[in-house]
Amino acid sequence: MQTPIPLFPPNASSVATEMDLLYLFIVAVCGFFTILVTAMVVYFAIKYKRRHPDDVGEDIHGSLALELTWTIIPFILSLVMFVWGASLFYRLAKPPADAMDIFVVGKQWMWKVQHPEGVREINELHVPAGRNVRITLGSEDVLHDYSIPAFRVKMDAVPGKWTTMWFKATVPGVYHIFCAEYCGTKHSGMIGQVTVMTPQDYEIWLSGGRSSGSAVENGERLFAELACITCHKTDSSGRGPTLIGIFGSKVPLADGREVTADENYLRESIMDSQAKVVKGYQPIMPAFQGRVSEEHLLQLVAYIKTLKKK
Amino acid sequence: MADASHLHAHGHPSTPLGAGAAHAEHHPRQQHHFYSMDQQLEASILGMWIFLVTEIMFFGGLFMAYIVYRTAYPDAWAAGSNHLNVLMGGINTLVLICSSVTMALAVRCAQIGSRRGQVVNLILTILFGTVFLVVKYFEYAEKFEHHLVPGPHFDPALPAQQQIFFALYFIMTGIHAAHMVVGIVLMLIILGMAWKGRFGPDYYGPIEVSGLYWHFVDIVWIFLFPLLYLLGAHLGH
Amino acid sequence: MTTAVAVAEERHSYLDAPYGIAAWLLTKDHKRIAMLYLISITVFFAVGGLFAAGVRLELLTPKGDFVTPDVYNKLFTLHGIVMIFFFLIPSIPATLGNFLIPIMCGTKDLAFPRINLLSWYLYVIGGLLAVGVIAGGGVDTGWTFYTPYSTTASTTNVALTGMAAFIAGFSSILTGFNFIVTVHRMRAPGLTWFRLPLFVWAHYATSLVMILGTPVIAITLTLMMAERTLGLAVFDPKIGGDPVLFQHLFWFYSHPAVYIMILPGMGVISEMVAAVSRKQVFGYSFVAFSSLAIAILGFLVWGHHLFVSSQSIYAGMVFSIITMLVAVPSAVKTFNWAATMYKGSVTWESPTYWVIGFMGLFLIGGLTGLFLATLGLDIHLTDTYFVVAHFHYIMVGGAIMAFLGGIHFWWPKMTGKMYPDAMGKVTAILVFVGFNLTFFPQFVLGYMGMPRRYHSYPEEWQVLNVLSTAGAGVLGLGYTLTFCYLVWSLFKGKTAPANPWGAKGLEWETSSPPPTFNFDADPVVTEPAYNYKPAQEVHVG
Repeated sequence: MQTPIPLFPPNASSVATEMDLLYLFIVAVCGFFTILVTAMVVYFAIKYKRRHPDDVGEDIHGSLALELTWTIIPFILSLVMFVWGASLFYRLAKPPADAMDIFVVGKQWMWKVQHPEGVREINELHVPAGRNVRITLGSEDVLHDYSIPAFRVKMDAVPGKWTTMWFKATVPGVYHIFCAEYCGTKHSGMIGQVTVMTPQDYEIWLSGGRSSGSAVENGERLFAELACITCHKTDSSGRGPTLIGIFGSKVPLADGREVTADENYLRESIMDSQAKVVKGYQPIMPAFQGRVSEEHLLQLVAYIKTLKKK
Repeated sequence: MADASHLHAHGHPSTPLGAGAAHAEHHPRQQHHFYSMDQQLEASILGMWIFLVTEIMFFGGLFMAYIVYRTAYPDAWAAGSNHLNVLMGGINTLVLICSSVTMALAVRCAQIGSRRGQVVNLILTILFGTVFLVVKYFEYAEKFEHHLVPGPHFDPALPAQQQIFFALYFIMTGIHAAHMVVGIVLMLIILGMAWKGRFGPDYYGPIEVSGLYWHFVDIVWIFLFPLLYLLGAHLGH
Repeated sequence: MTTAVAVAEERHSYLDAPYGIAAWLLTKDHKRIAMLYLISITVFFAVGGLFAAGVRLELLTPKGDFVTPDVYNKLFTLHGIVMIFFFLIPSIPATLGNFLIPIMCGTKDLAFPRINLLSWYLYVIGGLLAVGVIAGGGVDTGWTFYTPYSTTASTTNVALTGMAAFIAGFSSILTGFNFIVTVHRMRAPGLTWFRLPLFVWAHYATSLVMILGTPVIAITLTLMMAERTLGLAVFDPKIGGDPVLFQHLFWFYSHPAVYIMILPGMGVISEMVAAVSRKQVFGYSFVAFSSLAIAILGFLVWGHHLFVSSQSIYAGMVFSIITMLVAVPSAVKTFNWAATMYKGSVTWESPTYWVIGFMGLFLIGGLTGLFLATLGLDIHLTDTYFVVAHFHYIMVGGAIMAFLGGIHFWWPKMTGKMYPDAMGKVTAILVFVGFNLTFFPQFVLGYMGMPRRYHSYPEEWQVLNVLSTAGAGVLGLGYTLTFCYLVWSLFKGKTAPANPWGAKGLEWETSSPPPTFNFDADPVVTEPAYNYKPAQEVHVG
């Protein structure tokens, strides 16, 4: 939508139109009530202007009918907003199963992007149009937030865990990326740009980019370098549980709980190994906090996810 | 002036007209803006209860943090609890309960006008409170010796999340101890007033509301003790 | 009438008896304490305003060229901290509330006058610590102190700032607790709950929030200070701590805090709209109960500040729907105020301008909250200038307009002087226009995606930012003029009669200014509030 002063960011993702429509709906409702009430108040002030210094107003106390009307109608309107908003929110929280992965790590004051195929970027992000993209977000230090207004999405990057967001870019072009959670001196400098390319151009770009090995290859290398294989063998004979088939499985813990082994579980088990000790095993795994970076963690977990039962 | 038909001098016994005329029926401890000692006492008690509600919310934040982390790290919590000295904690619990008994007796003595009873019981209360703080000092010293203070000197053999347990241990018991110190200072002031025979059946507000504060600090400890000291399958080191 | 005037000329008011600085600094009189607060919060308003000026000057240009990034970060942080903790939270309750609540309850003072004075001294001590922070290089964490930046990364005076806010919070608790006991225990004979002015209901509800919420920010700041200074880390992710827990604890207070900032203003507007219309407030009990509803529901919505923080999406849904609920009582009040003017006898003196200005700005502010409460939309809008515009519409357009409106309305009562009414109208308009020019463009900037706390931005957003800064200039002019003629009136203003507006209320039945003990004779109340009857004429004077 082109207006003399731009009112909307570019419409560049699959949810942008719906987001803008929801916005306009609420603008309409709010605009209506603002104009209605303000006009009423001004009108009353004029129509009932005091004529004589000793005049008083009429003795009117209230009206239950009016109170119910102006309680119920606003409540119903707000319920409509709630339902529509919650639906959109839910869909934005659940990346589609076929989404391609990209890893993004924020640190003061830059964004480090890693494509699974191995291409890395700093502050830039290249994505293909028309494909669902799931971003796994991490932070190396303080809170950050990866915000792409043209796609209408953002998510906090929280140190100590991974968060995810997803989008489907629709229109090739270049759009702003901002850090949207205050993080210190260069918070307003922690910006970048996302380049949406046609799928063919994206493939070309991927293969031409400098690659230092795919995420899975790097993860496999780290797995050996950090000697994980010493305890986590391909069968249950090691001092630690085997990691074959672990991703997505249900894991019984020593304290009686059962958790699902998602990315955050794997991350926590590497960084803070005593947090969730598996039932039947001794709490002897060293913690790798401070010994492995967020990017390495992403690579390790990408590798572990490929360990499937034959 | 506008219609004043609903304003008239009212026959309240202690209402000054204009700039505060003294009245014979005025209790010497009645403040000028109250119209009776009853109103003053009720206001003071309501005030202290409201203040205690704010204290519940204050400690409540700490209990919330405790609940969140205990749910996340039950093993670390149990293990951390095992490092605490149950004997010292237990002694302190008994000591505080006794101090609440003597506090209640002190208030009762004020209400029946026994000056000696008030003084004895207040001194005992203060003594018990001081014993609590002394035991606490030894407890903290022990933690320092055993490298259980979070930070660079924390025992590296222990899992990292136990530091959070000990951080909360120090903060919760530390803030409680600070409240005890305030309580003891308050009791010293009340002791001074009781010694001068200020309190009696017609005036015991200050000692009653101070007693409420003291009981509250005691109750907080009753919650802290099991939550911090009595977790885990084994009691002991 | 003439007899009353003659008596007033001989008699002293609370302002001049007893005389002397010590008599003011050691006063127990709630009216004097209100004036002490008025002076100190005005000082902090100016300080906070200067920080805002620094922010808006930097934002005139897209590049960060006015101050360094670190200085800019300190400017917006200090603007927020000073304005929230040292101006808005005390503002109406500690000035108008302190002054009027005992009078409106028909009694001589609050329940605990010495604690009232203590609350002012605590406020001053907290304020001096804040000045110490400013002099010592400032603080740059944002007023929200999010961890781990505040506990591990910031190199500024974080702990001292935490202490300053902690002490100011204690001052707030004491004010709230004083009001609650006063309203419960010290109402004049005949003054039942439902005869109380709505100003008192609003402050009662505010006081509930003050006493239940403020202790939580106190402990949150304590935990932050303990982590930062003693190394007792509770939020550090490196040892398994959760930075988002800090956000939950912080917003558990800070959301209800915004109701501390607006509820008293709503109480002011209820009084003013009745007085300028010379009419009973429409739907009195609905307005009274809506204050309580806002106070209670306000404690259940804090998670709407955490929608993109990694909070559970189902928790997000619960917080979103309750946030929709909490908007309803505010809407109810707004309709009731408008209906009060229907068939009223509406004066066109300056208080009416402030009331109408408030209504327009509060409407926009409150309604724009709906955008942010709507989950899916909040993903796009959170952490952008849309949020900044929303909260300024309520806190400045709403709360400050109500505060200034109330100051104008009760100025004759508190000081015994009239300000020039024409000036009151001029500044109401200046503030209204300046405010809209400052903050409306920020809604647009927010939807475009401009993040908060940015000191440089893409060039295409410069026009809107320049408009915003220009508006800030007009707004500043409006506030400065207000200060000038109000102070002028203290020396040169006409003497005020007891009831310059011809309004109903116990405060208008005592002299302007009131005597030390408020009334010549203890009131007994026999009629409901705002009992304007055509048969009983009202006289201005």
